[in-house]
Amino acid sequence: MNESDIRNLIFDVLSGIAPEADPTKLAGTVDLRAALDLDSMDFLNFVIALSKRISVNIPEADYPKLFTLNGAIAYLAK
Amino acid sequence: MQAEKTRATLLKKPLSAAGRTPNLLDYKAECARFDWRKAWALLDGLPGGQGYNIAHEAVDRHAAGPRAERVAIRWLGKAGERQDITYRGLSEAANRFANALYTLGVKPGERVFILMGRLPEFHAAVLGALKARCVVSPLFSAFGPEPIATRIGMGDGRVLVTTADLYRRKVEGVRPKLPGLVHVIVVGGDAPEGAGLYAWDELVEHASASFTIAPTDLEEMALLHFTSGTTGRPKGAIHVHGAVAAHHVTGLYALDLHDDDIFWCTADPGWVTGMSYGIIAPLTNGVTSIVVEAEFDAATWYSVMARERVSVWYTAPTAIRMMMRLGAAAVKDYDLSALRFLASVGEPLNPEAVVWGMEAFGLPFHDNWWQTETGGIMIANFAALPIKPGSMGLPLPGIEAAIVRRRNDGGVDVVDEPLIEGELALKKGWPSMMRGYLNEDERYRKCFSGDWYLTGDLAKRDADGYFWFVGRSDDVIKSAGHLIGPFEVESALMEHPAVAEAAVIGKPDLMVGEVVKAFVELKPGYEPNDDLRKELLGHARKRLGPAVAPKEIDFRANLPKTRSGKIMRRLLKARELGLPEGDISTLESDEK
Repeated sequence: MNESDIRNLIFDVLSGIAPEADPTKLAGTVDLRAALDLDSMDFLNFVIALSKRISVNIPEADYPKLFTLNGAIAYLAK
Repeated sequence: MQAEKTRATLLKKPLSAAGRTPNLLDYKAECARFDWRKAWALLDGLPGGQGYNIAHEAVDRHAAGPRAERVAIRWLGKAGERQDITYRGLSEAANRFANALYTLGVKPGERVFILMGRLPEFHAAVLGALKARCVVSPLFSAFGPEPIATRIGMGDGRVLVTTADLYRRKVEGVRPKLPGLVHVIVVGGDAPEGAGLYAWDELVEHASASFTIAPTDLEEMALLHFTSGTTGRPKGAIHVHGAVAAHHVTGLYALDLHDDDIFWCTADPGWVTGMSYGIIAPLTNGVTSIVVEAEFDAATWYSVMARERVSVWYTAPTAIRMMMRLGAAAVKDYDLSALRFLASVGEPLNPEAVVWGMEAFGLPFHDNWWQTETGGIMIANFAALPIKPGSMGLPLPGIEAAIVRRRNDGGVDVVDEPLIEGELALKKGWPSMMRGYLNEDERYRKCFSGDWYLTGDLAKRDADGYFWFVGRSDDVIKSAGHLIGPFEVESALMEHPAVAEAAVIGKPDLMVGEVVKAFVELKPGYEPNDDLRKELLGHARKRLGPAVAPKEIDFRANLPKTRSGKIMRRLLKARELGLPEGDISTLESDEK
């Protein structure tokens, strides 16, 4: 997957959790949890859905790397 | 399974766990000799015998004594900021806010709502409003515009303290519905301009730092905490200044606060735990509290505890279970040698989590139980006693708890036999007991039978006197320790043009206890599909916010109803869980 695929995947997953938000307008460096009103359950569902969609296990210790859009894209690109 | 749980062996604690002599050493003896007059003797009262005010006990008496220069609050900001506020400093910050209220013409008894994250101004606003003898009502910042408007409207809020971001996103749009909300004080930069809007930095920071609290009666309303019932709107539980005696003593006994403790209560001050134990109890006990602005992240929390040398930690099952996901090994990278007492509240802590504390921290979690209406901890596992993992513990000294059965005539029978399930009841009369639901006497009266306050929680007591939580006796949903009323969620869903009817239940969840799940019946002409599901979810989140909105929505062609047209949530829940359907004799129109 290239960066744009990853970005679209993230947006698609977010649309199932916080459909009222428009993450495409977000700066890449802001905390998604605050910007999109995600509580801890929402964030957990976000990471679980991502890991299912790309069939990669995301260990809990790496969760903080996914707090921002840029962080999540960089992490998933690896 | 329940019976098996209650046979669990006592968890013996390592001697080092106490670290020092617990405040409550001889439980039985203390229960026998305890008298609430003893709690009052630990407080000062306003100078000249002019009553009791929570803010005086929390800050002023320390600011005038040897603790004046001690750090009351160490605030850790999201961007790495660190701010220490001493008892003297906090007393003065509260004075400025009290004077600002006076300048605005706000009268004693009027309601001051606070809607913001964990910022140091939260403490100053709470204590300043109490000094001005206004009533403080905190709101959770993850509420959406509707829960906010409902509560400010019901509470007749005169003042709101919030941030520019929260104001724009959640308040501005509903302000026309709130004509009684005259003043909005905006903390931080970027304050919006307009009638009745004030920047904290101008209004409060320039106000005088001296203020004398007027005589305050013990029974004067101090706090208004909204909570949820099965039906109807939220309820505003009234607490009085005299509640401070219970806040103080429970901090001493259930949280074992000692003079030199560094205490961290992770609860948000928008809920009752964050008020009673995030603000009031640690301050009356004169300890240093850590306030962390950032949202939960296990590694961040460990580094806070290590760096700040946290000694007493009061947290919640959801957070503990998230830490368990990360694993005990992750804790080993941090020096948590200062930690000596762990406590948990919000929902029953599963036995595995109690024991996991031993593995990860070398200390067990002490679960305790209370609710918005009780104002403070009522039942707890104590520092000096063995823990029964999975149990709520034993009643605090001064608290009489029992298992009761309601009779048809409105009375109750006390169940003395051990391990029999019934409703948990508390003998009336402790200082932090709610004094009413605002403007709803009938609802308040229904909570009592004779001398007993009926909690709505089902529980049982074992032969050793330990209480075990069984479930709720009503349809209220408990998610991440917060009560959510199904009616509030259903009403928001029904506002959508596609929705004919909605029923909301709590679906058991390993992480947060229960998640909010909605079943929706559509109006003719609407197709149940994923796009509409997302639209409804977004609709609910926009109105209710993530703390209240459903996490799951399912469509039904018809919802199960009784003859009188009442939706049977209980049946939906039983079916969702694959449990027996129970008595369905009143079922008139079944689910499709």
